[in-house]
Amino acid sequence: MDSPQLPLLLHLADNCLVLGQRNAEWCGHAPVLEEDIALANHSLDLIGQSRLLYQYAAELIGKSETEDSLAYFRDAPAFRNFTLLELPHHGPLAPSGSSSRDFATTLVRNFLYSAWALGTWTRLAKCGDAQLAAIAAKAVKETLYHWQYAQDWVLRMGDGTTESQLRAQTALEHLMPFTQEFWMPLAHAEAAQSVGVMLSHADAQAEWNVLIDEGLLQACLKRPTQGGFVPSGNHGIHSEHLTYLLSEMQSLARAHPRAVW
Amino acid sequence: MSSTPHEWPLWEVFVRSKQGLEHRHCGSLHASDAKHAMQMARDVYTRRQEGVSLWVVASANIHASEPHDKAALFDPAGDKIYRHPSFYVIPDEVGHM
Repeated sequence: MDSPQLPLLLHLADNCLVLGQRNAEWCGHAPVLEEDIALANHSLDLIGQSRLLYQYAAELIGKSETEDSLAYFRDAPAFRNFTLLELPHHGPLAPSGSSSRDFATTLVRNFLYSAWALGTWTRLAKCGDAQLAAIAAKAVKETLYHWQYAQDWVLRMGDGTTESQLRAQTALEHLMPFTQEFWMPLAHAEAAQSVGVMLSHADAQAEWNVLIDEGLLQACLKRPTQGGFVPSGNHGIHSEHLTYLLSEMQSLARAHPRAVW
Repeated sequence: MSSTPHEWPLWEVFVRSKQGLEHRHCGSLHASDAKHAMQMARDVYTRRQEGVSLWVVASANIHASEPHDKAALFDPAGDKIYRHPSFYVIPDEVGHM
């Protein structure tokens, strides 16, 4: 039962599930119909990725574990996603989690994360675990589109109107410190080593920096100086926002634990 | 999603369902420019594996026949049944045409 890659699978799956759930909040509320469908497509890609990873993880754990038990019956401290991905779609000073969503925050987050995900899936597609490599190879294609889409929107907002640039820059100032977690020692570092991949490696960080810096330069946005709070969602210590997100997502399955759909 | 004076322009979307077939008109969407329209077309019209290639054309660039010209343009063809290739005997060897 002792599967060294398990913590890595759960980290990757939790990233996908939590961001997929967050972005799905736009469903029916996006600024225009076409973007509404685009964001829902993104969420379905992400949730699809998380399902493959949870299914594989459940297989390794054995017993009665399933993809649903991993998604719906673990509590916030058991989740290993990056804190960045659980934050609501607005800046730090909004009065509550139900404050109106800010499209710039959504797209800047997708920009920062999809650049990380692109590098990560590309590395994992060549890893020593055949099943994880196959999942990664599928995810690379989806993530490349997410990256292009987010990069394009960041460019449009940054190089757009005074209002759109202000929103994009504000979102960047808010979210950039959270990306420091990408490059901290990971809770699952040994798990990554077990499949022969160095995920928080200096090379990976350098590649991410190139993508982000080029994207921001084109978009006339200023990269904030590094520093500030370093989150640790990857170690199970989350912001208060994750519990609200999970309670909404998990309530149905928990109210009807044996329901089939 | 209400229409505003600043609404993005309209684009017509054409999808090729598989190699060898022609692009067919499948609908329209609003987008700010051609690149954006292409992304939107991908997300709105190819979610269910409908295509392998996309065209987007600004609707403003399409010149359409006028509805009031319909009779003059199309009715004269109505009684010229000899233009249909239905008066030939097709040999069995040719098969389906």
